[in-house]
Amino acid sequence: MLEFRNVNTYYGDLHVLKNVNYNLGAGEIICLLGGNACGKSTTMKTIMGIVRPTSGEVIFEGQRIDKLSTAERVRRGIAPVLEARRLFPRMTVFENLEMGAFTRKRGPEFNEDLDRVYTLFPRVKERRDQQAGTLSGGEQQMVAIGRALMARPKLICMDEPSMGLSPLFVEQTFEIIQTINRQGVTIFMVEQNAAMALSIAHRAYVLQTGQVVLSGPASELRENEQIREAYLGEMQVAAE
Amino acid sequence: MSPFDLLLQQIINGLSLGSMYALLALGFTIVYGIMELINFSHFNVFMIGSFVAMGVLSLFGLQGQSILMHGAPLVVALIVALVVTMVACGLLGVLIERVALRPLRGVQGPMAMITTIGVSYVLSNATMLALGANTKNFPNPIPPMTFHIGTAQITAFQIVIWVLSALLMGGLYMFVQRSKLGKAMRATAQDPDAALMMGVEVNRVIMTAFFLGSALAGAAGFIFGLYYNFTNFGIGFTAGLRAFTAAVLGGIGNIPGAMLGGILIGLIEAMAGQYVGAKWADVIIFSLLVLVLIARPAGLLGRLAPTKS
Repeated sequence: MLEFRNVNTYYGDLHVLKNVNYNLGAGEIICLLGGNACGKSTTMKTIMGIVRPTSGEVIFEGQRIDKLSTAERVRRGIAPVLEARRLFPRMTVFENLEMGAFTRKRGPEFNEDLDRVYTLFPRVKERRDQQAGTLSGGEQQMVAIGRALMARPKLICMDEPSMGLSPLFVEQTFEIIQTINRQGVTIFMVEQNAAMALSIAHRAYVLQTGQVVLSGPASELRENEQIREAYLGEMQVAAE
Repeated sequence: MSPFDLLLQQIINGLSLGSMYALLALGFTIVYGIMELINFSHFNVFMIGSFVAMGVLSLFGLQGQSILMHGAPLVVALIVALVVTMVACGLLGVLIERVALRPLRGVQGPMAMITTIGVSYVLSNATMLALGANTKNFPNPIPPMTFHIGTAQITAFQIVIWVLSALLMGGLYMFVQRSKLGKAMRATAQDPDAALMMGVEVNRVIMTAFFLGSALAGAAGFIFGLYYNFTNFGIGFTAGLRAFTAAVLGGIGNIPGAMLGGILIGLIEAMAGQYVGAKWADVIIFSLLVLVLIARPAGLLGRLAPTKS
């Protein structure tokens, strides 16, 4: 459904993504692992059209999208859950959800999607008239995911969904991600919490200084020595 | 006049002036809220507004100080002049953004702001070359009807200003709160990157901000002409600077703040004229600005935003 073909991205002289290839199948949860400044966020920005690749192709549902505006990509069914949630703090929860549906016409579909979000997150419904900036981190995450769903996306790109959340909320967030995925939405997720991410992902890619160094089914990567050492240290400590 | 009536009179005058400053301040604040840009060309969009209004009124035969029209035809002439002025100024604002500012989008530093100073000079000097440097009489077509509260008086014209300003400000507020584009404006002001990722086309939002702000400046220019019965190529500077001060005083980027700041500046100007001497008005206005910024650096209704990284 989403494919990167030999994508190269530069920030000025800095070569960030080096000949990167991804291939995401419809209905999958794919996670992207890697250390700081390895190109994970740039990957997300390249998908959303905030950063344009210097060479290579980004293909969504069989069509090249790398020259399209962000608005057009959202219209075609790609929605972001941004790092640190990035809600509009002085707009109400409901207005934030409306912004998620910005590229779509207001109609019965909007109300269906709103019901879907409220069913998934009863808490969001309770808070709908409250300013988003006054919510707790966990509540904000629910609104951020709800906002993405309001675009009626086929693919949701999540940048660090667990960041800054308490362990309980992290677990809830990952359950929600699985629920959404089972409803047919493909998930592409950048995540520091590798143990958690690999436990729900179908497949994963590992980026190192802008290159894909490893990829495969999540179950395999969980057993991989390199991965265990580099990213799953926490889990081992916890297990001991 | 009793001291109380005198005070009441100056409040009435101050509210009228203040409405004009508020309309003008809104343009600074809307654009700043979205782009973090202080748009000095706004001064002279206001000035051009007064000339456009004067031109349209003269097409209706309204010139000089005599009352030439009454009733419905007068109302129609005034409304047509207002609408034409606002649309013309709105389009001028959009043109300035498109020609002078969009090429600088994404350039860091004060380049865009300095460009707006340049545009401001171009507008005032072009007006001077085209229409002459002399001060023009602005028609005074509204009958001098007055209403009395004690010995203080309210003219029909002041009531027109209040109603008009209330309608325009209320309309702007509803637009920003309720309409889809208005919400996109607020979202862009609060988090431009996130708004972009929702599919908001930032250029459209910026164009809207310039159109609305400049249209309100046009209305303020019209009011200025009717209030003072003159205009010339240089009126933008004094009024513009006071309105800019109003926007900062209220908290730049904050729409109710600009309204409050404008009204306050108008009241101070009227009070200074009555009790201290008109030439002290600016001294008092700018001293107050300094004091408020020491106590509340973000302005009366503003919030201190964390510096963007």
